[in-house]
Parts: sequence; structure tokens; C-alpha cells
Amino acid sequence: MASITENELKSMIQEERVKALGMTSEQLTGRSMFMEFDPGETERFEYPWAPQVDFNKRTELDTADMTSTEVNSEIRNLMSKGYGTIVLKNPRGKHSLAVGILSKLNLIIEGSTGYFGVGLIDGPNVRVNGRVGWSCGENMMSGTVLIEKNAGSTFGAAIRGGDLVCKGSVGSRTGIDMKGGTIIVGGDTGALSGFMMQRGRMIVCGNAGKNLGDSMYDGTIYIGGEIKSYGVDAVEAELTQLDKDWLHRKLKQYGLLPSKGVDHFTKVVAGKQLWNYDNLEPTEKKLIL
Amino acid sequence: MCGIAGLIHKGKSSLVGFEMTQMLQALKHRGPDSTGYAVYGNEVNDLVMRLKIAEAEDMQRGSGIYAELDRRINQVDSFIDEHGVKVTKKDKINDYSYRYEFSFNGDLGKLAEHIEEVNGAEILSVGKGLELIKDLGDASDVSNAYGLNSFKGTHGIGHTRMATESDVDIRSAHPYWAFPYNDVSVVHNGQITNYWIMRRQMEKKGHRFTSNCDSELLAVYTAHNLSLGTSLENSLKQSIEEIDGVFTYLVATKDQLGMAKDTMAAKPLVLYESDDLIAMASEEVAIRAILPQEIDTSDPYDEEVRVWQA
Repeated sequence: MASITENELKSMIQEERVKALGMTSEQLTGRSMFMEFDPGETERFEYPWAPQVDFNKRTELDTADMTSTEVNSEIRNLMSKGYGTIVLKNPRGKHSLAVGILSKLNLIIEGSTGYFGVGLIDGPNVRVNGRVGWSCGENMMSGTVLIEKNAGSTFGAAIRGGDLVCKGSVGSRTGIDMKGGTIIVGGDTGALSGFMMQRGRMIVCGNAGKNLGDSMYDGTIYIGGEIKSYGVDAVEAELTQLDKDWLHRKLKQYGLLPSKGVDHFTKVVAGKQLWNYDNLEPTEKKLIL
Repeated sequence: MCGIAGLIHKGKSSLVGFEMTQMLQALKHRGPDSTGYAVYGNEVNDLVMRLKIAEAEDMQRGSGIYAELDRRINQVDSFIDEHGVKVTKKDKINDYSYRYEFSFNGDLGKLAEHIEEVNGAEILSVGKGLELIKDLGDASDVSNAYGLNSFKGTHGIGHTRMATESDVDIRSAHPYWAFPYNDVSVVHNGQITNYWIMRRQMEKKGHRFTSNCDSELLAVYTAHNLSLGTSLENSLKQSIEEIDGVFTYLVATKDQLGMAKDTMAAKPLVLYESDDLIAMASEEVAIRAILPQEIDTSDPYDEEVRVWQA
């Protein structure tokens, strides 16, 4: 930077100036997935260590007397043997079950899981017949997770992709910091849902607790019931025909379509008055502009 | 991060000591420093007092400590005599823990204050059904040391502690007895941020604190409200308005179990309700320790207050 004079900087256009100062010139547009995958590079779509599994090869695993670590190791072991459908029995609220699965897999959990269940996954289809504890599906990248009963707080924290569905009610701070994907809740959600949400969509068929969408940067929340209160910078937006069609399709897909349709849903988006994700920091602005 | 658990059987007794041990042992990873129980047995005519006269770590001070402990317990006994208390049973549980059964019609607060003048003495609980036990170690250690597995009763609350705000000792372990209220105890998971302000207010009103643990405030606060004739449910509701911080806490009385969650719902609680049993814990894994079959559970929301009757 020392080699660039002030006059040189002034003569540059903004983009050149940003590069010269060592800052990124990437203009975030609300669709950062553009930058993450190049369709030409096929190898980036698969993890080299992901085993090839056959969905028709099915096995059951009784987890009653196993620790979470043992269960997760055994899932990997079964996957390396080609099992594509795994049924976990008697999970009894164990924490961190089925985390970090990075390839396709059909996983059925017959019971309830504890905290951090099915977190950090990229690809599998998971069905949980019971309830899940806090932070279910945290950081999930892709795949489908379907919970038949209720879920705890921070459901789908920081998810980036895939569909995370809970047919019952969920706790507080649902979709906190979510960066993509879709969270669908059949029942109610607690306080501070969508807190600091960055991208993605959340559908709640029931009511939402206080401070909905507090400090959200971007993304969309659809609420079917009542909203106790809006958080800072969360505003109501018009529900377009495109929204309705999408809601209809998504909810029907998981058997959660309300009998009265989707016209009554409230759409909530970021007001972008508090903070704009795509803007430069004030100090950066000063340097460049 | 601490672990709390509670259960209440409706209209029947069960081995609550054993059940609480199973639940608390499953929560051991949330706090291995100390474990405490407040279990409620069938009401007796006499009062039951649980007392400690030293900390567990005091026992490392060499042989002189035993003579000192003898001196302390004799002093406690002489104070009890002075107040005209009729002791019907006295059990030495271990070197520093005692259990008394007695009948007494006088001022319990004054008696308790007098006993606590003895160096190291602290009354853990007084009640007709309540037995409050707390010590260092995990649930199975404490349960074995105090013979809790055979304890029969209707309800109980318990706590596994990870010390963050105060020391690892029995004084700072939960549950807390709502001094000097018979049969009221509290367990708490969280941090109270206006502790000192509230503590000073309570001290001005004449309440005593035995530790610097913020959870003790909830016991004192509850005792204060109950002494004014406030119902348990209203006291819990009021606490959400008046107490700042992140907390989930359980309160047990001789025939009730209540819970309250702060405005942020930042501390976990999983709840299971059936016609004859209500169980709750910081993690579902604790409820599953006593109910291995598939059950429906839920998370209470922010500002939620519930009270169940035994």
C-alpha cells in the first residue's frame, strides 16, 4: 500500500481502489452460493471420503447400550460396507447422534435424540420418529431432516441448505444465524426466531414468540399464526403469488398444508435499516470513497 | 452450565430417591462438582432437620478436626436444648452431616439462626416431608453416602453443579432451602445479573444469606414472597419480572413442584407430562434414564411458569 500514492488512488475507479488496498471486490448480492460451487468442477460436489452406498441395503442398529461416539462410528462403518438405509433403535435422547454425515444416506431414527442431533450433515435424508433436543440440524449443508414430534431451541442454527422440517412445535431462537436452506415448522416457534438470520427461508404454520426476526440481515420468514412481536429491523412484506405458490408446494410436500390454504401467512423480511450486509464498514467507506 | 431435574408423582409415593439419582447421574456431564437432592417423603408429625457442621474439605485438616467437630455438635445440641426443642431422633450420617427429628412450636427462624452461630454449622433444610442432601461428587456417590436409593416419596428436585460464580463446596451447592420456610427448596441453572442489588434488598428486609452463590437468592426471594402470602405460581411469575439474567429454576414445596423460565428462554428444560407423573430436566437424556420407552416431551417457552400438585 505504501507504494501507491494518494493521487494514484484518486485516479482509480472504485473497484481498482478496493483491490489496490487489499480488500475484496466481491459484491455480495444475497446469493452467495454463486461463488461456492463451480458446476464445471464436478469433484467439488462430492467429498472424496464419502462412501458409495446402496439405498436398498438396509440394516438396524440397537443403540440402547451404546455411547453417542460408538453409534456415530458404527454408522460410518456400516456406510463403508455399502449400507444405504440405516435404522437407529432406542436412541433414548442421546446427544450428537448421526452428526457429520457427508454423503447420501437414508437414516431413520426410531425415537428421540438429545442435543446437536444430525448436525453438520451434507446430503442424507433423515427421519426422526420422536423429538429432538437443542440445536438439531445445526450447520446442515444439504439433505432432508424430518422430525415427527417437537424440537428444542436453536432448531436449525446456522443451516446453509437443505430442508429441515419439524411437524410439531419448536423452542426459541429457531433458525438463528441461518445462511440458507429451508426450515419448516408445523406448530409454534418460540422467542427470537430468525435472530440474525442471513439468508434462507423459514415457514412456521403456528404462532411465533416475541422478537421475531430480530436483527435479521436478509432471508424470509413466513408465519401462519400470530406474531407476538417483531424484533428490531424485522418488517412485514407483501405475500406475492410466487410466495404463495412456493409455500403451497413446500408444505404439501411434507403433509403440512393447512386446510385453509396459505393465503393467511404473514411474510417477514429484513428492513435493512439497522445494518446492511452488502455495505462496506464505515471505516472502509472512508478509505475508498 | 449446571443440570437440574425434578419429578412429581400425582397421588402416590415412589422411590423418588432412586429415580432422582438415575436422572442426576445422566446429567453428570453438565456439572461434576457437586450433587444435591431435595426429596419429599410422606409427611411426619415431627420436623426433620438436615444439618452440616463442616465442609467436606475441612476433613483434610488432620486429626484435630474430629475433636473440633465433637465440640461443634455438642454446642448445637446445647442450643437446641435452650430453645426447648424435643429431639426424638438424631442420626449421624457422616463425619459432618446430621439428621434430627424433633418437635418444636417456637420461632424456627430464631432457632436456625442460633444454631448457625456455631462455627461451620449450616442448616440445609427443615420440614415435615423435605430431606435436603447435598455433597461433593456425582449423584451415585452422594446417593450411596446418604442412602437415598431406598427413599420413598412423592416428589423431588435435584441439581448437578458446575461451579462458575462461586466455590466448589457444600455451602454453594444446590438445592437451597428457603430459610426459614418449612419444606421449600430451590434448584437453579443460570446466572442472575442483578444478584447484588436483589441481595441487598433482601438483606434489608432481614433475610440471611449463607453463601455468595447467586442461586441462593432465588430461595430467599421465594421464601420472602411466600411469607407475604403470595402463591407459589405468583411468586414464580413475579420473579421473571424482577430478576434479571438467564435462568431456569425449579421450586418444590411440601405438595407442589413449580418451574419458571426467564424472558430469553436461554437455559434449557425438557418437560414430560402424563396423568400420574411429571418429569423435567435440563436434558431429555435424564428423563429417559427413568422412562426408557418412547414418550412425548416438549420445551417450555420463554417466561413460562408452571406449577403441579402432588
